[in-house]
Parts: sequence; C-alpha cells; structure tokens
Amino acid sequence: MIKKEEVHHVAQLARLGLTEKEIEKMQKDLSSILDYIEKLKEVDISNVDFFLSSANLRNVMREDEAKEKTKVKKEKLLELAPDIKEGYLKTKQIL
Amino acid sequence: MELTRLTIKEIHEGLLNKEFSAIELTKAYLDKIKKEDGKIHSFLSLCEETAISQAKKVDEMIFTGREIPLLAGVPMAVKDIILVKDIKCTAASRILENYIAPYDATCIKRLKEQGVVILGKTNLDEFAMGSSTENSAFGPTKNPRDLSRVPGGSSGGSAAAVAADLCCFALGTDTGGSIRQPASFCGIVGLKPTYGAVSRYGLIAFASSLDQIGPMTKSVEDSKIVFDVIKGRDPLDSTSVGFQFLDFELRISDLVIGVPKEYFIEGTDPKVVELIKKAIKKYEEKGAKIQEISLPHTEYALPCYYIIAPSEASANLARYDGIKYGLSDAEAKDLMDVYLQTRGKGFGEEVRRRIMLGTYALSAGYYEAYYVRAQKVRTLIKRDFIEAFKKVDVILSPTAPTIAFKLGERAKDPLQMYLSDIFTVSVNLAELPAISIPCGEVEGLPVGLQIIGKPFQEEKILKVAEIFEKG
Repeated sequence: MIKKEEVHHVAQLARLGLTEKEIEKMQKDLSSILDYIEKLKEVDISNVDFFLSSANLRNVMREDEAKEKTKVKKEKLLELAPDIKEGYLKTKQIL
Repeated sequence: MELTRLTIKEIHEGLLNKEFSAIELTKAYLDKIKKEDGKIHSFLSLCEETAISQAKKVDEMIFTGREIPLLAGVPMAVKDIILVKDIKCTAASRILENYIAPYDATCIKRLKEQGVVILGKTNLDEFAMGSSTENSAFGPTKNPRDLSRVPGGSSGGSAAAVAADLCCFALGTDTGGSIRQPASFCGIVGLKPTYGAVSRYGLIAFASSLDQIGPMTKSVEDSKIVFDVIKGRDPLDSTSVGFQFLDFELRISDLVIGVPKEYFIEGTDPKVVELIKKAIKKYEEKGAKIQEISLPHTEYALPCYYIIAPSEASANLARYDGIKYGLSDAEAKDLMDVYLQTRGKGFGEEVRRRIMLGTYALSAGYYEAYYVRAQKVRTLIKRDFIEAFKKVDVILSPTAPTIAFKLGERAKDPLQMYLSDIFTVSVNLAELPAISIPCGEVEGLPVGLQIIGKPFQEEKILKVAEIFEKG
C-alpha cells in the first residue's frame, strides 16, 4: 500500500492540487494498480539492454536553422494565452 | 439512395455522375446528425459553415469540369484530439474547453488537399485515456447498436459516428487499442498504422512512443484510401517514416496465419472466441495455412503498458500549466497555486490517476524498478513478435475479450477497464500495424477480428482483411 505521504509528494511533483478525499481515493487506486504491476518483477530482464531498439532506429537530423514564424502566426498563438502584456506571456511572480 | 450509407468510391462515382452534389451530401449528413446525434452524442462540435463552404468548392470544381480527387466532397469526422485550424480542440478535457486550434495537423492538411469535408469533432476519453469514452469531461458517447452500452474508447465518438452513418469516415487515434477496440464494439473497420507511418504533428500527445492516428471506416477499401493520404514522412515529425505501399498479389495459398495460444485463455467471452475460431477456419478453407504460435510475454503487456504510457503522459501533460493556453485558475494566489489549481480542477479523475502513476514510476528511487524494467519488458515483447513473424505472415486474434459492456459497468474499477485492452496493447508496444474488422455478432452486438502485421506491411493486413470482408 503506497503511503499517504508518498501520494502527497507525487501530487506535488506533478503539480496536481488534490483535496484530502481525492488523495485518499488516489492512494487506494494507485495501490491496487501498483500491486498489479508487481507482476513485471517475474520477468527475467538480465539479458536485455536498456533501450535495445530495433536495428532500424537512427537519428534524424536537420540544419540548425531557426525558422521564424510570421507575425500573423505569432499573434494567433499569443491570442490563446490567458494573460499577455506587450507580446509577452504574463505569469505570477517567479522570483 | 441513402446518401449517408455510401462508401468513398460510391460517393466519388455519384458526384462525377451528377447523381447528387457535394452540398446535398454534406447537408444530408448534417441533417442526420441534428436528428440522431442527440441520443448518441458522438460529436462534441460541428463545423457547419466550413463544411458547407468546403462542399461548395468541390461542386464548383465539378461544375467547371475539373478532375476531382477520390476524397473530394467526402464528409468526415475528426477525433477531438487532432488539431483542425480555427476549430475548437478540447481533447474532451475542461483544461482545453475553449482552446481554438491555431494550425492544422499534418494529416488534416493532407486530407484537406484532397478536398474532404470536415463535419465536426468527435467525443473521446479525456486525453485519449480510457476504453469506453466515459472519461470525457463532456459526457459519454453511446453505442449506436445499443444505447445502454459503451461504444468503446478512447475513439468512441469517431467509431459511433461511422457506425451510425453520421459521417462517411473518421480519424481516430490509438495508443493501446483506442481505434481497434471501439471499431470492434461498434462493428466498423479500424486501422492502427505502424508506429511512424502517420505523422503525429498536430496530434495532442498522450504517449509519444505509442500514439498513432488512423482511419475508422465502413469498409476495408475506405481504410486503405484514407491511410494512403495520411501516411508518410513529415519533416515536422521526426519519428515519421517514408515508405511505399508494396503493390503485390496476395496468394492466399501462400499465406501463413499465426494464432497466438496465449490469446485464447480464460477471461475472453467464449462466444467471442467461437466467432474468431470460425473466422480462422474460413481463411483455412480458402487455402491459408494456420499455425499456432507463442507470444510468451503476453501476460506482461498490460502491466508494461500501464507503466510506459502513464510515464510518457506525465511528461506530455506537463505543458497544461495555465500559462501558455487553456484553462488558468484566476483565483490562484501564487505561481505554484496556478499550477496546482489549474491542473487539479482542469483534469478529470482518470487523467489525474495516470499522471500520478507516471510521475511515481519516473521519480527518484522508483525509476529503475518501474520505468526501466517496463522498457526492458517492452523489448522482450517486441522480440516475441519478431520471432513469431519469422514463421508467419500475419497474426489473428480477437480485438477485445468481450462485446461492448454497459455504461457504468466498469467505470468504477480502473483495473477492470484496463483489461479491455488485453489484446491490443502488445501491438502498440511492438510498434506494429493492426486492423480490426467486424466478424459477426454475439447477443446482437458486434465482435472484431484483429489482424496484426509486420512493420510497414499495412498493405498486407488490408488485403488479408479484404479477403474476409468479401466472404
């Protein structure tokens, strides 16, 4: 059973604001899912490289060139922001 | 002529022969949606005006005698997790409730170039997380074959719309079975392409190593036509691969069909198993060789998926922070509060659960035991298929262990819900293509047959599917 403090900790890491009732339900749900996932411990992974991928994988490269968006496109993106000021995204104080 | 029952080629012929206009066809669909979708709830939003103007352009082309592409004037629906420019895209979540897409996904751009008519956006489980469409923040979709049952998920809206003739075809997405399982539950054709076959640019990301966009259609031929347009390399998605359809003659006497013994275990409805066995028999009668194979790590696929997918999701959903777009908690007192309240309130229960699971699996102290271990098990699952495909050409199985279950039946138990994906998740983990086609009914509800192929052999699985479809 995952401990309540752990649930609080993970919720904080994930930036999810959960009520006490939600934390309790989450504790139950996560515990039962993690119990099911314990099954993976049965598998012998001693001969498996981390990220052993199929032979077909290779890095796809492109020129390191910035492609600036048009003013119209930029405005369209900024329109979606909850709060902007003079073309910048406005947020609460960070420092 | 029932305009809303036509396949893509039938529409094309009808338009060319001037039996009906593109506008008449679009209006027929819009009218049907307004009359019947109230009880099904497959659409989240309609694009009436743009649909009519798209249809008008096609009619103008026909009137001036210009050649029109095969998909011109064909009305389609789009799962509301794929961006269509200037149309709301919500991912069925409150956190994107009023988000208007600023650009087209590449697959949409390619389809628009062919002259399609986009009728609207369809319902889904929030952020594609679910197997029933009950996790939508805007209410579930019902199965058109039985309104007391689920259409499957997460592409339940798309599946229901195609099954109820509310569009000619739709786009869905598949991360663990989300195209194939609803296709099975609603009695339509659903294709999940090979990982990398279709660009994910413009797809709201859930799990980046598993997601694929694919067609949901009334026939195998329609599936091929749509796949042909959306497939292929896209410079905007570096995981997309360019490849050509192999043009070959499929000789059924040369075909070796693999039947995985681990897929015919307890837990699957025996009536579903019976139908699948009947389908396999049909192929055998036509001359195919049937061979039992083993995929020994099958029982580890679900737990493996339920570490990898939530882990990737926890990273992909970190962008919903109330800063750049989407919901933002106006009452938040400081920056941390903006994040906590926006995300706590904007995300539904299943999404929060998966983010938590993923965050836990990736956190310090647990990363090796969960995420790394799951990735290694994934490699073993891939190897199972590589081995099996040395002996067989395609693999057949049930798409889902049951017929569509009742609304509310599994919603309370996350694990029960996850079990609906038991036959589909391995395919995403192994990055293979697979199609689900209707193969009969149990208690009046559709059952899907799943055909799995080698990477980039969509052409082969489509041909094998067509053999069954044509009887």
